[in-house]
Amino acid sequence: MDKLIVAPSPHYYGDYTVQKLMYGVIYALIPALLVSVYFFGIGALIVAAVSIVSCLAFEYLIQKYLMKTEPTVTDGSALVTGLLLAFNLPTNLPWWIIVIGSLVAIGVGKMTFGGLGNNPFNPALVGRVFLFISFPVQMTSWPTPIASRMQYTDAVTGPTPLGIMKEGLSAEVTTSQLMEQIPGYMEMFMGHMRGSLGEMSALALLAGGIYMLSRRIITWHIPVSVLLSVLVFTGILWLINPYDNADPLFHLLSGGLVLGAFYMATDYVTSPMTPKGMWIFGVGIGVITVAIRVFGAYPEGVSFAILIMNAFVPLINKYVKPAGFGEEVKNG
Amino acid sequence: MIKTFTKGGVHPPENKLSANSPIRVLPLPKTVNIPLSQHLGAPAEPLVKKGDRVKTGELLARGCGFISACIHSSVTGKIAKIDKLMDHSGYRRMTVVIDTEEDEWQEGIDTSPNLVKNIALTGAEIIEKTKGSGIVGLGGATFPTHIKLSVPKGKKAEYLIINGVECEPCLTADHRLMLEKGEEMITGIRLIMRALEVEKAIIGIENNKPDAISHLRSLTGEYPGIKVQPLKVKYPQGAEKQLIKAIINREVPSGKLPVDVGAVVDNVGTAFAVYEAVQKNKPLIERVVTVTGKKLAGPSNFLVRIGTPVADLINAAGGLPEDTGKVVNGGPMMGKALNSLDVPVTKGTSGILLLSREESFRRPVLNCIRCAKCVSICPMGLEPYLLRAASEYKKWDIAENERVMDCMECGSCSYLCPSGIPLLDFIRLGKASVSKIIRARKQ
Repeated sequence: MDKLIVAPSPHYYGDYTVQKLMYGVIYALIPALLVSVYFFGIGALIVAAVSIVSCLAFEYLIQKYLMKTEPTVTDGSALVTGLLLAFNLPTNLPWWIIVIGSLVAIGVGKMTFGGLGNNPFNPALVGRVFLFISFPVQMTSWPTPIASRMQYTDAVTGPTPLGIMKEGLSAEVTTSQLMEQIPGYMEMFMGHMRGSLGEMSALALLAGGIYMLSRRIITWHIPVSVLLSVLVFTGILWLINPYDNADPLFHLLSGGLVLGAFYMATDYVTSPMTPKGMWIFGVGIGVITVAIRVFGAYPEGVSFAILIMNAFVPLINKYVKPAGFGEEVKNG
Repeated sequence: MIKTFTKGGVHPPENKLSANSPIRVLPLPKTVNIPLSQHLGAPAEPLVKKGDRVKTGELLARGCGFISACIHSSVTGKIAKIDKLMDHSGYRRMTVVIDTEEDEWQEGIDTSPNLVKNIALTGAEIIEKTKGSGIVGLGGATFPTHIKLSVPKGKKAEYLIINGVECEPCLTADHRLMLEKGEEMITGIRLIMRALEVEKAIIGIENNKPDAISHLRSLTGEYPGIKVQPLKVKYPQGAEKQLIKAIINREVPSGKLPVDVGAVVDNVGTAFAVYEAVQKNKPLIERVVTVTGKKLAGPSNFLVRIGTPVADLINAAGGLPEDTGKVVNGGPMMGKALNSLDVPVTKGTSGILLLSREESFRRPVLNCIRCAKCVSICPMGLEPYLLRAASEYKKWDIAENERVMDCMECGSCSYLCPSGIPLLDFIRLGKASVSKIIRARKQ
């Protein structure tokens, strides 16, 4: 017999691995990707493929030749970043812009800080916001669903529901008139509207979100706090002045809110560690999102809101502590 | 109603392979190695010397100091030597080695199987008897029982909580004992209740042992003070503080004792040992040990004399499987890996677990991805990821402020970490360093 192996307890290990968690997120994103391929056709396929391949390639090359460490591309995190970056891009975006976005996401957003686990900001959003600021024209042209399934960069484009709302309200048009220009709520829920590749179908995103919750990949705190705070904030504004403010349901279904709440804000590395901290983080994202949408210059604010709250995460972790055993209960 | 504790907890696979195997008496070993330190506290002082002939149940060493326990001979035979030998912890400790000759019990010990239910002694006498019989907590912590039973002045125990949880995967010793020695155990519980002067006793059992729950329920019918409380299966429910929380919904504050919230917790095995000591005059010289493993031919529960080499138990259960990687003294979550099969069974040995080589290796360590699972499952409400970082960078002040000393080393964080980080190893390092600092500060 060989020598006995001696190690401190525990001697059992659970089922979770980084790889399983990351692939769990990928599986959860597949329904939304399929919906996108249905509505946007080859554009969705090309953008997703370019983004994933270039993110994986940059991660591998940077780890191998710059950091000189064993590449960990198989852990699935770069795949998640690539897919999420694609989800945040319009489906007619030229491929070279996507490659630049991937380089910023992986190179600047993740690897400069030391790779997985060390980045303060969500890498996919770093990439997306960089592109949004650098290529504002390409990043805000939105293909029309179904009509341009067989076209890529030459797709027919138009404004998103949020764009219509922003434009219209600043031109003193009332919400009820604007509502006639945007798709019905049921269509929006299914994903039949203009928008980034993966953000349109709340239905598919919710299905994936429920899958992640059931497999305990994420907890409910962040998605619920983000969605609830947007609902409450826009609800108050709508009750005060329904002519100049869209109703809460519109805000929930439009733009990248559901995608952000379930998939971007819940990024492990860049979100708080305690349930209480997650609530603060989520409410912050909700409030900043609505503030940008309603009072800001941009029609959409989820990406900025998440990045801003990412910056507060170390502070939240420092001051929001879990209640220790025996600290809070009145015995008896 | 099924209860459980509220904060954290995990669900490791149960693997209770030996649950249906009745307790068998292991034949006497050729020699026994009886360490003089089988309990929490000071080692016992030997009363015998090399060459002495001792009977089964004879006192070998007397507990000295406030926290200590007596040690008795588990066989009849000649003392071959008293020397420092390795025990399950891997350290060398003073050990009495006895060559077994026969099994002649010390006079006055009742070895008949007759059940004695009638309680004749007073509380103080029961505590004295417990002390003289060397009884310690058999759940694993091996805290001397007579100290627990002597409630400090000014404090009042309200509840006796009996721990029949056995939340460690694989182990079934307590389960079998509840099924087979239920009457004796209930008498033991009544003895402890008298010693503590409490009216209420609650036996906590996880509901993966429905047979034990219904069996003890039927036996406790005639004693209105004793209740059986089914518990939802969750690790580490057998930990003292978690069990108190689960059953009477009180939280023992950091640094306090269970009696500060009016509870005293004893293991079912301890209750049985108290019965034997008080009613049968029999010291603690044997205990039930589970021997188990997926590759083992016959996972079993044995009644084993203290001091029996671990190898004897494994041979009796079918021999050591070819590809054994680890032999664990205890369960898979909190047990200690042994580096030799010659070490003896002691009072705290609840099981011997064999793991194959495949099961024995840790996973490669990846970066922390801050998934917060360790924070959400910590039953003490700590932040293991932070304690790990504090230990890694030797920031002992941070570790202390983050309550590293509250960690009871249940291992849930290391168990669940998706990055395979040995969080508990780092926390142990932190605990050791911080306790050194605290001791230095007090001087």
